Amino acid sequence: NLQESESENKLDGETASDSESKSEFGGLPPVPTSDDTPEVLNRALSNLSSRWKNWWVRGILTLAMITFFFIIIYLGPMVLMTIVMCVQIKCFHEIITIGYNVYHSYDLPWFRTLSWYFLLCVNYFFYGETVTDYFFTLVQREEPLRILSKYHRFISFALYLTGFCMFVLSLVKKHYRLQFYMFGWTHVTLLIVVTQSHLIIHNLFEGMIWFIVPISCVICNDIMAYMFGFFFGRTPLIKLSPKKTWEGFIGGFFATVLFGLLLSYVMSGYRCFTCPVEFNNDTNSFTVDCEPSELFQLQEYNIPLVLQSVVGWKTVRMYPFQIHSIALSTFASLIGPFGGFFASGFKRAFKIKDFANTIPGHGGIMDRFDCQYLMATFVNVYIASFIRGPNPSKLIQQFLTLRPDQQLHIFNTLKAHLVDKGMLSSLEDA
Amino acid sequence: VLSIQVKCYHEIITIGYRVYHSYDLPWFRSLSWYFLLCVNYFFYGETVADYFATFVQRREQLQFLIRYHRFISFALYLTGFCMFVLSLVKKHYRLQFYMFAWTHVTLLITVTQSHLVIQNLFEGMIWFLVPISSVICNDITAYIFGFFFGRTPLIKLSPKKTWEGFIGGFFSTVVFGFIFSYFLAQHQYFVCPVEYNSETNRFVTECEPSELFQMKKYSVPPLLQAVLGWEMVNMYPFQMHSIALSTFASLIGPFGGFFASGFKRAFKIKDFADTIPGHGGIMDRFDCQYLMATFVHVYITSFIRGPNPSKLLKQLLILQPEQQLSVYKTLKSHLIEKGILQPSLRG
Repeated sequence: NLQESESENKLDGETASDSESKSEFGGLPPVPTSDDTPEVLNRALSNLSSRWKNWWVRGILTLAMITFFFIIIYLGPMVLMTIVMCVQIKCFHEIITIGYNVYHSYDLPWFRTLSWYFLLCVNYFFYGETVTDYFFTLVQREEPLRILSKYHRFISFALYLTGFCMFVLSLVKKHYRLQFYMFGWTHVTLLIVVTQSHLIIHNLFEGMIWFIVPISCVICNDIMAYMFGFFFGRTPLIKLSPKKTWEGFIGGFFATVLFGLLLSYVMSGYRCFTCPVEFNNDTNSFTVDCEPSELFQLQEYNIPLVLQSVVGWKTVRMYPFQIHSIALSTFASLIGPFGGFFASGFKRAFKIKDFANTIPGHGGIMDRFDCQYLMATFVNVYIASFIRGPNPSKLIQQFLTLRPDQQLHIFNTLKAHLVDKGMLSSLEDA
Repeated sequence: VLSIQVKCYHEIITIGYRVYHSYDLPWFRSLSWYFLLCVNYFFYGETVADYFATFVQRREQLQFLIRYHRFISFALYLTGFCMFVLSLVKKHYRLQFYMFAWTHVTLLITVTQSHLVIQNLFEGMIWFLVPISSVICNDITAYIFGFFFGRTPLIKLSPKKTWEGFIGGFFSTVVFGFIFSYFLAQHQYFVCPVEYNSETNRFVTECEPSELFQMKKYSVPPLLQAVLGWEMVNMYPFQMHSIALSTFASLIGPFGGFFASGFKRAFKIKDFADTIPGHGGIMDRFDCQYLMATFVHVYITSFIRGPNPSKLLKQLLILQPEQQLSVYKTLKSHLIEKGILQPSLRG
């Protein structure tokens, strides 16, 4: 959150304030900021005042992160999954560390181990569910994997139970309350961090565009809201984050919707973004090759009369996906910031400036991802509700585990249904 | 089950209020109840959609609700989330976050458990009765054994529990579960999955008992033969499963009790509430059940039941026509391969 750190500076009683920076570009009294920038940047910017240096550091790192984002997209789904996993682990670590600091509970026996163990269990459970769906044929081939996937829920539950029993056995007389707090803290963190990251991976498998567009919209909203607030900001939005303004909010909204439309337009043209990621058993690698669904095929739309006069066209060729992107951008602009407010409230509640010091100038990983918090869930729910029906291959998979008489029954019912609809002639032969 | 869930939720949330002296927080009570409503709506919606499929298909509004169920639940939850963010008051940030987390953990514990209990129930009332009775039996027999023979303490957390009680309770619960299942397995009423009959608009529990509930002859292992003197015995296969369920109830169930004892000690309360005279609150009675419901559910999905055929059919019928056709072809070739279906000739 670009604005957040600036407002924190203000709260900490520093004299220079950002709202005055309109007249800024020179003559600011040098204000000390926490110096966690790497040496190379320090040298490059040593002739600027500290305040301005901070600005530059953030700018450069923003660009670096965006470039990194593009690179990993280019590298493909497998790398993306790994990166999501790493981000998730780092977020978990950051939040748990905050918990430790808050409760001074470094000395609790077992607790660190237990937190990581629970993280492992929940990840095992979720990845197991995903892997079974998408790597179905691979799993069927390898005997040990097949057993693992058949009894997956049971194994995950047993692992979780072991952790639970370890927790109960580790309760120490003087530290009951602390231990319960940390137990609760761990579970809530898992709920937030791990479920979000798995929904992101689900979205990714639906097609990389469902991963890239939402995340870019949130980032864009962040940047645009900041810029609009910077240039036009006057009325504060919420007491929680004094730097946010209504002008930034509304300006960011429109800019993000526009950005979403344009980005979707560009991306829908490429199959590597729009096709569901599938695992090819022959080549043992991921492929993104398919017939683009109708979402990604250009269609003529009539422009509503109101806009016709403005824009001057009668019809426009758009991808249906772009309509969906409007919904996604709207969510990113209107509700995404609430995730940011939630994180700001959290930081204020526990009196921390940033989640961690991982990224110079930006704070920890969680700082970057706080607005994404709800986006991943929304995209997943959106896809499940409006876009995709049940997954045919998953259904086939389930079908194959039924008993023969059940299979026959379903087959006949389906056949009757298809004949009914005229899709199948009743005299079809093998 | 719903009422108990609501009461448990209420008890735990009240404890949270007392611990944090947060009675005066604006909005917070309403928000907690609102979240409880949302999560219940979500879970019940999923269950209702499955089991009342035909009923739902008939009503237009219900159909709409079901189709966009996830979206509606999520939207409701989001509203609650935004209300929470908007209600953050400067001086009480930390308190409010604590209560928010407390609410979520409580929801996770009470609401998910109660829904798993209901899912187990729909599988057949025996899957509801036997686990719960095993836990209760273990409670009672462990107490009795501990009373008469108790000598070595089990865990520092609960000084009253003893190893003798633990082991004695284990064996008696297994025997109890065994005998109890024998009686219940004979009645269709307990054994059949609960289904909703669209014609009579009621629940029916009538079916052909699955092979789990049909008597089979088992050869008694030679070890036990000497003890019991029989060579064969007629048992329901379900009784073997009941051994697994009773074992879990006796060995792991007490950990739920220890967890609750630790919780009570941590927050310095004697009982969860004073609802039942002499026994404390509802949660006191249900603390051992905590993990049982989840275990039974996981057990059923892993070992007993495959995917539900009618649910599968329902999903097949929602697919696009081209997808249906391709699924049909795949199924056909599979069935022919397995010899279940003869390559079709006319008629």
